[in-house]
Amino acid sequence: MNEILNDETKKVLIEPLVDNNPITLQVLGICSALAVTSQMSTSLIMALALTMVTACSSAAISAIRNHIPGSIRIIVQMTIIASLVIVVDQILKAFAYEISKQLSVFVGLIITNCIVMGRAEGYAMKNPPLASFMDGIGNGLGYSLILITVSFIRESLGSGKLLGIEVFKLTKDGGWYDPNGLMLLPPSAFFIIGLIIWGVRQWKPKQAETADFKIMSIAHGEGGHH
Amino acid sequence: MLKCEQFNKICAALDKCEHYQKFKVYKDKILALGNDSLEKTIAIAVALCLVCAVLVSFSAVALKPLQVNNKELDMKKNILDVAGLLQEGGDIDKAFNDKIEAKIVNLETGDYVEDMNPAEYDQRKAAKDPALSVAIPKDKDIAHIRIKAKYAKVFLVKEAGAIKSIILPINGYGLWSTLYGFLSLDADGQTVQSINFYDQAETPGLGGEVVNPNWRALWKGKKVYAESEQAGSEKGLIEAAEIGEPALALIKGVVDNSKPGSQYQVDGLAGASLTSTGVTNLVRYWMSKEGFAPYIAKVRTVKGVKS
Repeated sequence: MNEILNDETKKVLIEPLVDNNPITLQVLGICSALAVTSQMSTSLIMALALTMVTACSSAAISAIRNHIPGSIRIIVQMTIIASLVIVVDQILKAFAYEISKQLSVFVGLIITNCIVMGRAEGYAMKNPPLASFMDGIGNGLGYSLILITVSFIRESLGSGKLLGIEVFKLTKDGGWYDPNGLMLLPPSAFFIIGLIIWGVRQWKPKQAETADFKIMSIAHGEGGHH
Repeated sequence: MLKCEQFNKICAALDKCEHYQKFKVYKDKILALGNDSLEKTIAIAVALCLVCAVLVSFSAVALKPLQVNNKELDMKKNILDVAGLLQEGGDIDKAFNDKIEAKIVNLETGDYVEDMNPAEYDQRKAAKDPALSVAIPKDKDIAHIRIKAKYAKVFLVKEAGAIKSIILPINGYGLWSTLYGFLSLDADGQTVQSINFYDQAETPGLGGEVVNPNWRALWKGKKVYAESEQAGSEKGLIEAAEIGEPALALIKGVVDNSKPGSQYQVDGLAGASLTSTGVTNLVRYWMSKEGFAPYIAKVRTVKGVKS
């Protein structure tokens, strides 16, 4: 057990949660984070599906990394990812029909999720299968963490429910809570993710990017009229 | 252990096989090649495609029966639900088979089509089949569906031989998606029992509230077609077979039940005017002469429905 949980494994499992979160630091996978987070149930299944796909595809790509020809590298990665996504989609349709109906195209769109490709290209191509698998799990969990947080806020404020169970009684059902319609629309996830990124970067200033350029004050600038 | 032995046997058999030996030699040769050689690139691509294809086909084929079953069960559940016959934890298959009868209706004439098997007919598929569908003229296409199937699959709930409710498939465009659902009517073809959308992708919480049971309950008892104002009077006696224009609509805000005409009105969905308009249009379309009006006219006269 100690060998499995060595320092590298711990690092790849825990770092993506906050320190190297795929959504808040790398700003990847935003598209699905906007689309599926209006309900917690869809977010949970999406998070699980993406974690499985990232972990398995990273492991598979890592296993054959020494034999992948450079010229078709990306296509090989895409083929493996796409196959796994189709399998996940088929499994959902067979065992979680209701949820798969709600997720509709978004499961298929895991193929284009930058996190999966990013981990394949950035980690699995250079590291052994087990570490890559763990890295996939770690990044999947990092993604899940943000997805669940966002959907928690959106579902509770937007429809007064959590996992479909009523927490705030809505005015239209005779309760006190007037739901915030914006929370049900994808743009609200932009605001929430933006606030989360701001919060994380306040907490860990190291994550803040240095500005690409500095705005010069006119007095010291070289431009202007002479 | 047995499996392990079998596996070893298969391996031993493979070792003896000439082609397998050739394959092994070729595999070693390929793996030894430089990663950028053309031969290796092609061999890896082919091998990868084979492995992935097997994986994908296996999952698709192995899980297909479960998926088909899920789909059917889901559809039956929706039909039972709109008929008000759905019981929590009840046997859906049994309830469906016992109480509900599927029929194919020719939309143009309103007659039943007996030489088609309802169990095998899929109206949504038929709408995409040029031989089984008709294009809807633009000026009549208020539901924005462009094409409709020539034959519709309706469901009847019968009690003691008499029709108790008629369940009609309806579809039309809302804001983001085509809504698919069922409308169930009393045997008079006029009074709404329930409505149920089983496939839609409207905004959750706004247009997506078409699935909200509280909102759906508002439909009960509403009337589809305009009746003369003075029911019972000479003018108010509607010829059984005569069908007017559908009057049922979603309105903005809440229906005032004391006002005349409220029997044709259902509360609009708050924050979803476009979905509400879409629902009004699709109900009106399917209840018009383009949709089920000819059929309903024949149901009203009962004997009129030829089979």
